[in-house]
Amino acid sequence: MVRTFKWLMPHPFLTLLLAVVWVILQKEVTAGMAVFGVILGILIPWGTSIWWPDRPKSLRLGKLCSYSFMVVWDIVVANIQVAWVVLTVPNSKLKPTWIVVPLELKQPEAITLLAGTITLTPGTVSADVSDEGHSLLVHVLHTDDPDAVRDDIMTRYQDRLKEIFS
Amino acid sequence: MTFEIIGTYLAALSLLIGSGFIIIGVIGLLKFNDPMTRLHAPTKVGTIGIGMLLLASTLHSFALGEGSVHELLIMAFLFVTAPISANFIAKANIHRGECETPPAPARDDTWSTLNTPEEDKEI
Repeated sequence: MVRTFKWLMPHPFLTLLLAVVWVILQKEVTAGMAVFGVILGILIPWGTSIWWPDRPKSLRLGKLCSYSFMVVWDIVVANIQVAWVVLTVPNSKLKPTWIVVPLELKQPEAITLLAGTITLTPGTVSADVSDEGHSLLVHVLHTDDPDAVRDDIMTRYQDRLKEIFS
Repeated sequence: MTFEIIGTYLAALSLLIGSGFIIIGVIGLLKFNDPMTRLHAPTKVGTIGIGMLLLASTLHSFALGEGSVHELLIMAFLFVTAPISANFIAKANIHRGECETPPAPARDDTWSTLNTPEEDKEI
């Protein structure tokens, strides 16, 4: 039973996500479209599972939700800070710098999520990972204390992501 | 004051805030003078500027009584795709040498974009 379920739905969260996206894409929510969404949600992951054999071992959806709200709030706050930097700091006084964030996350999904969060938060852009995946290269627009930015990323985002994917 | 009027005013307010952030992003794009700092401006426009415009659209549709949540989907797609383009522009900048050379990683040998085999280095 469990094996049949795993064969049919290699990525249960993806199935759920595809079904929800399909329903939202429709102009009106109808039962028929919801069923069709579930069918698509089963067929697409099943058909593409050859190219995507691994899946995250566990994913805490509740913590992921609170994490997304925190990120949205951070985006708003950081936007105002960066707008202030753009309008008031002249080019000669701007202090852009590279920082290296040591990665404690192992799963590719978690690292992708961390890199995406860093880029979406204005003022920081994630540029690259190292060849063995132990550190993340981040560009900062304006900072007096690069170490503080690095520690902020590590405690604020990385520790939470570790809990989500633990 | 009916619900319709309040909704319209709220939509107008978020349109104003969104356009304000977009114009600040454009100012940043024009003002900064090296490609890496310039990259920071569009990522900001992509998040809060577009976000406020889409919020205005949602508010307006709900005020007129035919609510739509398609904007949430646009936002989600934008949030998924925006970091990837920023990432590629950053890597292109590193390769073109138009920014400071990034410091070496702490534990590993090099950054993966610079990790090309010897025979591929001469193009």
